[in-house]
Amino acid sequence: MAVAFDEMNGLGGDLRPAYQELSRWLKETPPDALEYRRQEAELLFRRIGITFAVYGEADAQERLIPFDVIPRIMSGKEWTLLEKGLKQRVKALNMFLRDIYHGRDILRANIIPDDLIFQNPVFRPEMNGQDVPHDVYVHIAGIDIIRVDADNFIVLEDNARTPSGVSYMLENREIMMRLFPDLFARHRVAPVEKYPDELLSALRSVAPLSASAEPTVALMTPGVYNSAYYEHSFLADKLGIELVEGRDLIVKNDEVFMRTTEGLKRVDVIYRRVDDDFLDPLTFRPDSALGVPGLMSAYAAGNITLANAVGTGIADDKAVYSYMPDIVKFYLSEEPILKNVPTWRCREPKDLAYVLDNLADLVVKEVHGSGGYGMLIGPAATKATIEAFRDKLKREPEGFIAQPTLALSTCPTCTASGLAPRHVDLRPFVLTGRDHVTIVPGGLTRVALKEGSLVVNSSQGGGTKDTWILDE
Amino acid sequence: MLSRTAENLYWLARYVERAEYLARTIDATLRVTALPAAYIGKTNEWDSALLTAGVSASFYEAYSEANEQNVVEYLAFSPSNPSSIKNCIEAARLNSRSVRTALTSEMWDTINSAWIELQEVWGKGTSSREELAKFLRFVQETSLRFDGSAYRTMLRNDAYWFSRLGLHLERADNTARILDVKYHVLLPEEEHVGGPLDYYQWTSILRSVSALTAYHWVYRETLKPWLIADLLILNDTLPRSLASCYSNLVRNLDQIGVAYGRQGAAQRHARGVRNRLEHSHMDDIFQHGVHEFIQEFIADNARLGEIITKQYLI
Repeated sequence: MAVAFDEMNGLGGDLRPAYQELSRWLKETPPDALEYRRQEAELLFRRIGITFAVYGEADAQERLIPFDVIPRIMSGKEWTLLEKGLKQRVKALNMFLRDIYHGRDILRANIIPDDLIFQNPVFRPEMNGQDVPHDVYVHIAGIDIIRVDADNFIVLEDNARTPSGVSYMLENREIMMRLFPDLFARHRVAPVEKYPDELLSALRSVAPLSASAEPTVALMTPGVYNSAYYEHSFLADKLGIELVEGRDLIVKNDEVFMRTTEGLKRVDVIYRRVDDDFLDPLTFRPDSALGVPGLMSAYAAGNITLANAVGTGIADDKAVYSYMPDIVKFYLSEEPILKNVPTWRCREPKDLAYVLDNLADLVVKEVHGSGGYGMLIGPAATKATIEAFRDKLKREPEGFIAQPTLALSTCPTCTASGLAPRHVDLRPFVLTGRDHVTIVPGGLTRVALKEGSLVVNSSQGGGTKDTWILDE
Repeated sequence: MLSRTAENLYWLARYVERAEYLARTIDATLRVTALPAAYIGKTNEWDSALLTAGVSASFYEAYSEANEQNVVEYLAFSPSNPSSIKNCIEAARLNSRSVRTALTSEMWDTINSAWIELQEVWGKGTSSREELAKFLRFVQETSLRFDGSAYRTMLRNDAYWFSRLGLHLERADNTARILDVKYHVLLPEEEHVGGPLDYYQWTSILRSVSALTAYHWVYRETLKPWLIADLLILNDTLPRSLASCYSNLVRNLDQIGVAYGRQGAAQRHARGVRNRLEHSHMDDIFQHGVHEFIQEFIADNARLGEIITKQYLI
């Protein structure tokens, strides 16, 4: 694996301009002062109750995501490029979804094989021919970005279903401003606090035609036991909208209402943080108690906007991901600004053969997996794990893709033995409303706290950092 | 607001109030039982504590003897007692989590910090009287902080009123339960009136509703059982009296009625109970039977809870 690019010191150890002030500050600040602030930050997180749950761990029902107090910094110029690339990509994602559920030009042009769509469990036939307001499918996208050198941002993954983490972006900033006012005074950091406002106006802008002039928006959560529940309540609070569960909603005459202390009240837009499968037991999983019976028929009648739309999973599927550069070119007739990680599709025999021969050097991911579960990191895996994975791969090759192990960039991070470089990625949040696409400058930086580790997922021991975009 | 949100706020307030009441009950019982046997007579005060907490039957399913250790464990820490202090705080935290958006950050912080302390400091219960006293103080302070932060930081809208309804309904229930269990020591025709035995029973009752000092300010008299009953039932200057609870319940329900533009069964029922309290005199109550009066009140109060639930919370 190549040597990682360090965002503070580059490859050759030359301090990069965006980090000059931070580097000076770090030299002035005694290590125990940093440690003290770190503890203070942890206390704040716990008191505010910013926790997440890890499924399958009985004793860890609520845990804190470790927070690293050293900010990750990007220059305004870097951000401008990234922002342009993100807007382009999300625009293409929305056009792709509209096409897949309507005319299917892209299939007829033989850019993507039919069976990749129609055999795909996240493809929703219920959405065929269904119009969604203003053709927006992905209102909120979380695009995972990595960088490998000074010039290139690469998309690792598109999250077009119910991406989470934005509360950390906002809370990390709050806590940093509380703990390090002096450091902020020495930088011009672009603010992120407009996110809730931007999200609300994006959601209101896509209300159905039958909504009143002041559409009612609600955030739908699976409930307190969901791993991202804190975020759901945090966002509902910041947006000033009701946080509803399935049992709070009822469908009558194809309209959606919430049960309130004053009787039923119509809901126009649902920012749902519930997966497709659990939205409506009449259409999807009949055993699910999380959803609302009849919600899909209200949706089909055009009386409710769901954000994100149903069926967007087909756009963030890891096999479809490998076609993203072609998708951008097809719909926008532009060269993609953001690159993809080279990807082998195990469903194609030639690619599979290569992957099987090189398992020890590759990262193999489940096509429908997320959260870092069920993946193989070849270089870090034991022989036995690799062999077990090989069998799985042979049995169901279409369920996997493989990518080279990339040297994710590193950032200085507090560790038990002082500051040390740790690998990071970035998840900016892209909002699409009726008329425009907006991105708050920054995003969620996730950091792999273990030395050498490339897995940044919170469920696998990753932490977070505040992300600073310098306003130059 | 969402019915579920209102329901959670209502129960959140009830759980916190109940936790405090249980802490006061244990505290008061500890004081009485610390007295020499001659002062307390033959009644088992720990049994009374279970009765006033309304968990006597379930207690005897798990334990055979109502002594200090067993009762304190059951009332304060037992996971199998659904209304133990520990479970009340757990339930309050769970309710808070589901309605975080309706709570102010001060209220959330109070409950969340209490929940963290419950696990980190009190996870194994208490091993001495000193520790227990500290624990009981912690519970009472949590309730004070919660109540105070609700009062000082919440918007005066339906969220506040539903939370207050839970508080006053629970409080009325608690005061009525003490009276229900202890009414016999308050009867004027009781033989040992004024004996040392009764005196400590009386202070114990007043202590469990934090009204010992208040008594002296209101009546400027030595303890008289009928005055104690008067204070706890009819005197609406005492925040834990039945009369005061119902003044508040009526007011909060009226505020909801005005905000929503309509009244209903809950408003009518609460006004009915309040009017009865307003027009009662202690003499009449004693004449017709304190016990019957209290029993009827407990039933009426429970009925109000059901009506509120039906009218607003589901």
